[in-house]
Amino acid sequence: MDDYVIQIKNLHTHFFTDEGIVRALEGIDLDIRKGETLGLVGESGCGKSVTALSIMQLIPQPPGRIVKGEILFGRQNLLALGEPQMRHIRGNSISMIFQEPMTSLNPIMRIGRQVAESIRLHQGLSREKAREQTVAMLAKVGIPDPLMRAENYPHQMSGGMRQRVMIAMALSCNPELLIADEPSTALDVTIQAQILNLMNRLKEHMGTSILLITHDLGVIAEMAQTVAVMYAGLIVEYAQVGHLFRQPAHPYTRGLINSIPKMEQPVPESRRLPAIPGTVPNLLELPEGCFFRNRCTQSMDACAKDVPPLMDLGSGHTVRCWLHA
Amino acid sequence: MLSYISGRILQSILVLIGVTIICFIMFQYMGDPALALAGMDATKEQLEETARMLGLDRPLYEQYVRFLWRAVHGDFGISFMTKTPALQLVLKRMPATLELAGTAMIFATLIGGLVGVFAAVKPRFVASRLAMVGTLMRITLPTFFIGILSIYFFAILLGWLPPFGRGDVIGIGIWSTGLLTVSGLKHLILPALTLGMFQLSMSTRVIRGEMMEVLAEDYIRTARAKGLSVLMVTLRHALKNALIPFVTIAGLQVGQLIAFSIVTETVFQWPGMGNLLLMSIGQNDQPVVITYIMVIAFIFVFINLTVDLTYCLLNPRIAYD
Repeated sequence: MDDYVIQIKNLHTHFFTDEGIVRALEGIDLDIRKGETLGLVGESGCGKSVTALSIMQLIPQPPGRIVKGEILFGRQNLLALGEPQMRHIRGNSISMIFQEPMTSLNPIMRIGRQVAESIRLHQGLSREKAREQTVAMLAKVGIPDPLMRAENYPHQMSGGMRQRVMIAMALSCNPELLIADEPSTALDVTIQAQILNLMNRLKEHMGTSILLITHDLGVIAEMAQTVAVMYAGLIVEYAQVGHLFRQPAHPYTRGLINSIPKMEQPVPESRRLPAIPGTVPNLLELPEGCFFRNRCTQSMDACAKDVPPLMDLGSGHTVRCWLHA
Repeated sequence: MLSYISGRILQSILVLIGVTIICFIMFQYMGDPALALAGMDATKEQLEETARMLGLDRPLYEQYVRFLWRAVHGDFGISFMTKTPALQLVLKRMPATLELAGTAMIFATLIGGLVGVFAAVKPRFVASRLAMVGTLMRITLPTFFIGILSIYFFAILLGWLPPFGRGDVIGIGIWSTGLLTVSGLKHLILPALTLGMFQLSMSTRVIRGEMMEVLAEDYIRTARAKGLSVLMVTLRHALKNALIPFVTIAGLQVGQLIAFSIVTETVFQWPGMGNLLLMSIGQNDQPVVITYIMVIAFIFVFINLTVDLTYCLLNPRIAYD
């Protein structure tokens, strides 16, 4: 138990909208080991970000609410904590970076102050000490001339630089867990590689665990040790990264992997990449049985009856599919 | 920065010149000033003499240049009625109007800000919904009606506050203030509330709208993820961002309060510039009317200039050049 930074058990987060109850998370189980990067993959709208915001307890409320479940952080159940205790954890023991570095920083506050704000809040340092630490942190994330850059406003920096500022802010209090919600998606490819390298380096250096949310399997391959594949509010496959790429067990995971173009394969006649047919089901009208059934090429009678349970394939590889029953 | 400021000042001067031209042309068609000055029973010779004295026999452009030249030197002519300089007459009434408008503005902005922010942070509260309905109602009701109603309730039925006038004033140099006497303050309450109500309603709705927009921004989520409390996020991150567009509106509101206090001043018999204007229009006292228009135009331009410069200070994204 002490190997884990965080253990999420049977987490249900629902949104109570005028159109009905959106079951964004329908029983998520996730464990992240100390020093490990767990990749959470899936299409848009499958519940990745809701998982992250549920951990932070920043679900917009109303309409959202965590209905059921446990989030064990160390020995504490985060869901049992009050807002003041949760505030002490946010930005301090668990911090988060977001997809859009363009809009995630306050446009009218100098970036140095925005980083220092975190440090002062959680470490109770004086203005001068917090400033020193801010500049050191900016240097650590590879911002050139950090003393001068601290005086910049966000609009005076590039997207990559802003994401570095976000990382500096998130890591400034030495968190045990960093939640990165599509941290490189909005950046162009070379900057993307730089940011991912930076995160990997800082993770080694500071011993932080990372929950990496992405829809990009390439990013997963580069960063994660363990992968969880999400579909319509459920985790459908969970495996070591090597296992997942070598022997994907869920038809959805296979579909995702197949849709990546491969260097060694000839370009198909149609010049089209294989894609998964259909779209993510409307969370208001989930089908009976397996949620992926309508898009699955291998669906059987059993799939229409019940949602498949997680089945163990050995060495920590689990899958939610009747093919493996 | 410097070129920005000088550019804005130049623009302001152009606006003021524009106002003088409109004023000048308008008053070519508003009765004969010579007749107004010389009186109804003046002879033809007396009328011609007065017209010559006023320079009305000169070509139009010459009259305008003379008008402009004098205006620049603070000379807007002599009031036909009181035979005193028009500018003096208007400026003497200015403290009353500025104190009324200033009080109304402070009231409108403070209360409007508080209610607006609250309604944005807690949109589902009954109080927030009531505030939205109430402000909408106020926006649709005319000011004179509110004024008369408030006189009826607070002055006549309840007898708490005086129904009209400015009360006792104390002179400080050229400024006469009602803010330093109990009677002056009592007299100020009803007109200031009546005048400020409309702006209060607008401010509430604008600030609420801006706040709701800002609260949905990504950087607010970032601030929450840092561990800041809702209150800190609202005050430190959201409010300042929401205030930037509000500054523009607040500037316009100050101008409106001063210029459009006419109705309130009339209802409460407040001895301000607006009251003087209505009287002067009734008496066709052209120099006073023109002076009023020019003074108001000057105040408007000055406030807008201030707003633009404040905007730059508040918003680092605006480049000065």
